[in-house]
Amino acid sequence: MSALDSRTQDYLAKARELVVQIEAGNTERADELLDELSGLRESRLFQDLGKLTRTLHEAISNFQLDPRLSSLAREDIPDARDRLRYVVTKTEESANRTLKAVEDSIPLAKRLSQRATEHQEQWERFLRREMDVKEFRMLTHSLREFLGGIISDSTSLGKNLSEVLLAQEFQDITGQVINRVIQVVQDVEDGLVEMVRVCGSRIQASPQDDRKAPTMLEGPQIDPKKSGVVANQDDVDSLLSSLGF
Amino acid sequence: MDKNMKILIVDDFSTMRRIIKGLLHELGFNNLEEADDGNTALPLLKAGNFDFLVTDWNMPGMTGLDLLKNVRADARLAKLPVLLVTAEAKREQIVEAAQAGVNGYVVKPFTANTLKEKMDKIFERIATTAQG
Repeated sequence: MSALDSRTQDYLAKARELVVQIEAGNTERADELLDELSGLRESRLFQDLGKLTRTLHEAISNFQLDPRLSSLAREDIPDARDRLRYVVTKTEESANRTLKAVEDSIPLAKRLSQRATEHQEQWERFLRREMDVKEFRMLTHSLREFLGGIISDSTSLGKNLSEVLLAQEFQDITGQVINRVIQVVQDVEDGLVEMVRVCGSRIQASPQDDRKAPTMLEGPQIDPKKSGVVANQDDVDSLLSSLGF
Repeated sequence: MDKNMKILIVDDFSTMRRIIKGLLHELGFNNLEEADDGNTALPLLKAGNFDFLVTDWNMPGMTGLDLLKNVRADARLAKLPVLLVTAEAKREQIVEAAQAGVNGYVVKPFTANTLKEKMDKIFERIATTAQG
């Protein structure tokens, strides 16, 4: 007879006696029986807790032993960390380069706009014939200077825009790096899912277990009624004695 | 049973080693050593006159069953009594362990009394075999 059966019988016997005692009005004995019943349940709870602890421990051990996962932990994850640091460095560099180019360009654009506005006003005055010869001579000198300024400032703006363009090169490099890191995360996720599957299948005793090789270590059996599984030490002993032990 | 006999306890789970050690202390055994898997246990066994081996089955590196096979294959260790204390509870596993030459098989979770019973039985049988 298996342990579960004998345990169930213990429960039944006590439960039956409990009903009899309650009906007989013997409350003292009934209380005792209730204590005994909860004692039975507690001892089972501790055994189950022990089994679960063991299952978890073994699942974690297996997780560490998977060569793909240990290489993930030893090499790929530190490597991913370095790669991500490289991404941080590259994007920071790029942001600084871009910001500097923009910050240098804004005053140039402002100056061009301001000086163009000044010269437009003067030019309108000239068109309205409000300008004398002396003022017009000054305007032509100023315009000559301004045109020279436009060439040099627009050249600077063009260089700055090229700098902004070049500063975007990080995306190609960090894109590749991040794709590699995503792969590592994916591998870790697969590993975790596998670990959850291993834990879950042990806890739920999924039917897949039956297809495993006989020598495959399974860890604690959660369901003593499962076929091919011993329920307790007595079953082990009787099996061994049948083998001549 | 000689209370001074030297016992090696092998389990990858240090808590379990401590539990077994505590139980054996309770039974009066004090000459105890520990290893965390078959790979660390085997050199210890080869080096140091152990009288009894208590081992887990499922361990990283070398499992308890492989340790048992190695022990049986080694001329000097072949007769060392081995008790498997394991959560592995499939009938075919117990048969496999028996065929590999285990002296006793205790399924976890177990009690102090079970451990004592199995050890008594193992040494009783050894004494009978030695006399006969």
